[in-house]
Amino acid sequence: MSTLSQAVGGAIDLIATGDPTLGGIVALSLTVSLSAVLLAALLGLPLGAAIAVGRFPGRRALIVLLNALMGLPPVVVGLLVYLLLSRAGPLGELGLLFTPPAMVVAQTLLVLPIIAALCRQSVEDAWVEYEEQLRSLGADGLRAALTLVWDIRYSLVTAVLAGLGRALAEVGAVIIVGGNIDGVTRVMTTAIALETSKGDLPLALSLGFILIALVIALNAAAHLIKEAAQRRYG
Amino acid sequence: MSDIHGILPLTLHELRFAAGGRGIIDGISAEIVAGPATIILGANGAGKSVLMRLMHGLLRPTSGEVTWREQGVERVRRGQAMVFQRPVVLRRSALANILYALELARVPAVEREAQAMAALREVGLLAVAHRPARVLSGGEQQRLALARAWALHPEVLFLDEPTANLDPGATREIENVIKAFDASGTKIVMSTHNLGQARRLGDEVLFIHQGRLVERAPVERFFKQPASSEAAAFIKGELPWV
Repeated sequence: MSTLSQAVGGAIDLIATGDPTLGGIVALSLTVSLSAVLLAALLGLPLGAAIAVGRFPGRRALIVLLNALMGLPPVVVGLLVYLLLSRAGPLGELGLLFTPPAMVVAQTLLVLPIIAALCRQSVEDAWVEYEEQLRSLGADGLRAALTLVWDIRYSLVTAVLAGLGRALAEVGAVIIVGGNIDGVTRVMTTAIALETSKGDLPLALSLGFILIALVIALNAAAHLIKEAAQRRYG
Repeated sequence: MSDIHGILPLTLHELRFAAGGRGIIDGISAEIVAGPATIILGANGAGKSVLMRLMHGLLRPTSGEVTWREQGVERVRRGQAMVFQRPVVLRRSALANILYALELARVPAVEREAQAMAALREVGLLAVAHRPARVLSGGEQQRLALARAWALHPEVLFLDEPTANLDPGATREIENVIKAFDASGTKIVMSTHNLGQARRLGDEVLFIHQGRLVERAPVERFFKQPASSEAAAFIKGELPWV
């Protein structure tokens, strides 16, 4: 009990005094995960919409695969990206291993299936409603897909948010490709893992608090945006 | 819009459509020519909506042919528009909904706004041009769907029970817009099960019963002296007080 109260006290202290180490870790976490989610959204939303609207052989298998990839283990993604980026790997020349860009790549791969699969489902539901009208107006294929994505944009906030939650919370991929180097590739989750094993519970716990608070704040903001948009646009 | 240079006539030859092993359209042949407003009349489940979709090209017939005088796919597509029972409007302003349709029809950007505003004026929605389309009432959304079709200047306008979900006031407004379409020279092809509406808007009736074209006649004659027993029963059933 005293360990816990000490940890809580220490955590509140660190947050209240604006500890620079803590700030750096939080900033890097946000930079890496937001970049990854931005990239994954740019690729995943059109991809999901195209699969929803398109009719091609192997479509059902692709949907099953995409849904399965939502549960991709982060350490496996980390390992694959590690192999690609390691000195002897096919992309070793780039020298990206153990840098923030490598972490962005890994998290993008992790989040892409989540955003694409959730977008695919939403767009497919909307397509049932819109298909005849859009085809009548002459919007086919990609054009129809993009129209649908834009029209249900406020629902897709949820898909993107699910991706962001995943990116901020995962530890397996970033620790393998980032290496958890102090001041360079250390993010909230990898720091929590390290500090806990070292016994520095106040720092670990304060990061945990911030992580949870961030996720709640992001979700609340998204919910409010969605509600306001629904009132305004129907 | 003259029938010499247009996409009409539309010819249906031995048209059949089946879904899930059930025949819905069962061998319909007809020629739809420019001019008279054509009403596709029939009970619920007769196959009216499917026939409209086959003509408009949204469904492929199981067998038989739908042919237009004009052969060019793109011209045929742009020569027609369709208004559905339940209007689908996009989450953007009423004006933007029409601009979107004009963009798809490759209308030059500089002309779009003027055409869209003219169409909104035609259906009486100018005041709500900048309001989000999804918050308009059901009747207003249907009028927006009509304005969207109006802006495209189609040669043929298909209407699939356009007032089925609307109250009498909204229905009257929709009917007025359809009359304006008719007066402007657009060929009207409308499905309905409402006899009063068929009389108010139609010049000729194609009566569909169980997927077959049972009778085709000018409106007046159809109601006075239906030639088929099915049509007589339908008229009697719909107007039991006659």
